[in-house]
Amino acid sequence: MTTETPEAQLGQEPGAQQREAEFEAQFRRTIEAKDRIEPRDWMPEAYRKTLIRQVAQHAHSEIIGMQPEGNWISRAPSLRRKAILLAKVQDEAGHGLYLYSATETLGATRNELTEKLIAGRQKYSSIFNYPALSYADVGTIGWLVDGAAIVNQVPLCRTSFGPYGRAMIRICKEESFHQRQGYELLMTMMRGTDEQREMVQESVNRFWWPALMMFGPPDDDSPNTAQSMAWGIKTHTNDELRQKFVDMSVPQAEALGVTFPDEGLQWNEERGHYDFTQPDWSEFWAVVKGNGPCNVQRLAHRKKAWDDGAWVREAAMAFAEKSAEAAAPGADTDSPDSGAARAEEVAR
Amino acid sequence: MTDVHGHEPEIHTSDDEHGNAYSGLLVNDAHWAFGTDFEDPLAGVDTTVPDGADAEEIAAYCLMLGDDALVFSQRISEWCSRAPDLEEDIALANIALDLLGQARLLLARAAAADPALVPQLPEDSPVPAEDRLAFFREDVDFRSVRLAEVPNGDFAEAVAKILMFSTWRLAIFERLQNSEDAVLSAIAAKGVKEMTYHRDFSGRWVLTLARGTEESRRRLLTALDGLWPLWPELFETHPIEAAIAEAGIGIAPAEVAGEADAIIDQVFAAVGIDRPETGALAGVRGRKGRDGLHTEALSRMLAEMQVVARAHPRGKW
Repeated sequence: MTTETPEAQLGQEPGAQQREAEFEAQFRRTIEAKDRIEPRDWMPEAYRKTLIRQVAQHAHSEIIGMQPEGNWISRAPSLRRKAILLAKVQDEAGHGLYLYSATETLGATRNELTEKLIAGRQKYSSIFNYPALSYADVGTIGWLVDGAAIVNQVPLCRTSFGPYGRAMIRICKEESFHQRQGYELLMTMMRGTDEQREMVQESVNRFWWPALMMFGPPDDDSPNTAQSMAWGIKTHTNDELRQKFVDMSVPQAEALGVTFPDEGLQWNEERGHYDFTQPDWSEFWAVVKGNGPCNVQRLAHRKKAWDDGAWVREAAMAFAEKSAEAAAPGADTDSPDSGAARAEEVAR
Repeated sequence: MTDVHGHEPEIHTSDDEHGNAYSGLLVNDAHWAFGTDFEDPLAGVDTTVPDGADAEEIAAYCLMLGDDALVFSQRISEWCSRAPDLEEDIALANIALDLLGQARLLLARAAAADPALVPQLPEDSPVPAEDRLAFFREDVDFRSVRLAEVPNGDFAEAVAKILMFSTWRLAIFERLQNSEDAVLSAIAAKGVKEMTYHRDFSGRWVLTLARGTEESRRRLLTALDGLWPLWPELFETHPIEAAIAEAGIGIAPAEVAGEADAIIDQVFAAVGIDRPETGALAGVRGRKGRDGLHTEALSRMLAEMQVVARAHPRGKW
């Protein structure tokens, strides 16, 4: 406190305003040079808020996204597939961890964000409000849902906020692996029985439209895009990314031997892209507003896990405090903690 | 410039960076860890049965250890997305994955040593032996101890159960590393590292819960009381285990009872918990898990675990 300069104490004096303007100019130069903003750098409050909102939403999506596929871990039809699926869902928990850590560098804690999610005050990707109804869905979610996520996320590796961009590099590598695993499951099933092939096609039919919705509403209807692009948080528009996804997915579907449920899907020579039918945006908004097939179920599941674990988190905090007290200088060296140390030796 | 697999290295330019997470999806990529064909998990390991050993006994023994791991893994994996926090979710998934890996090796070993154990499926079924054993046997054919199958309770129940299971299994696997059977010895060496972590994880949590809050201590004591009747069964030596121990290939669980009890007592002493006084869970005319006599929970668990595999006996996964 004694180190504060008189200027800082005065707060809104002209000197402070001038410095604020310099900071803002520096921030803008960093963005324009496509350099990274780091946690200790000055940033506009709105930038910080937008980032917290976006990264938290992304973290929540990873955690809620554990549920649809997690639903099939207990029923995986081979031990190898069970191992692949369990490891994948575990990776999603890991992604959630990195992303919540990135939000912590912006001053928002994991606990506070989780509470907001559970209270319905923050969103997660609407795709997870669709049910996973057959084992083929595990493959389709990997191929199309993780595929769409990658198209959305690869540009985020270059996003302007350093911790987010670096987390995304690692996440994208793992997502890419998951996508291949999903595609490989579908490939294998397509080489199986007629029932398995039907299962794959039915699953693709269900997930195609929600996958297209993952890029968000059409550009004309996306209120946050312009500011996020100006700040370098977002680098491509929703429609650009959606087109990219369609163009990449069509040859993959052909190689797999499935079709997409869109009669309007065809190559447009002039544009050099596939034309396709827009998904039902009224359904998208209904799901976003809470009326999707699984919105209530997903949040209730997350809330139950969080509530059921409250006593464990409290116990861990209490234990840490007691251990810190016992370890403080002057503490009785023959305190119960030496017993704890012995038990830890055993546990090793 | 190409790498050893003859592929062009990935080039990151600003435009194709978009797509490169996708590139290779349609290419036969040698880096791709999970090939499209089923890989024999024991590939490259000498699976010949040691001279003078009884292959059927080895198979029956591997089935016991394999079923313990499979059934317990299935229970632990039910925690996925339900743990108190993300770190525990990840740790529990790790434990389930380790045990699943052990189960696959042991079931594959059982099938290789005694093909007659493996359930018959239609002739054109591509289902591999480990999956036939996991998904096409009834509960009475499972040889796992009953501790492995009890339904999950709260987090205190999970850590207490993992501490009991891993303390017992680690003591067995440490000795099993010296098995005359090369495969069992290799599986044990891998398992010892894994279960050392499982015991560490659960031991730390037992400590934390015992000394955390009144509620956590109460929940831990309740969990231990509930699970304790299943502890003695872990150290009963089945005739197969006795025979296999005699042959220098397996371990008689009774041998490790003293060590496992001492470790558990040490943990309890450190946190001021008395060993529960509940008696051993009886069998039915002496038959217990190793004899294929289970709790009501196992057939229900298997019904869920096996449902997709059984619906597609000719399916390729």
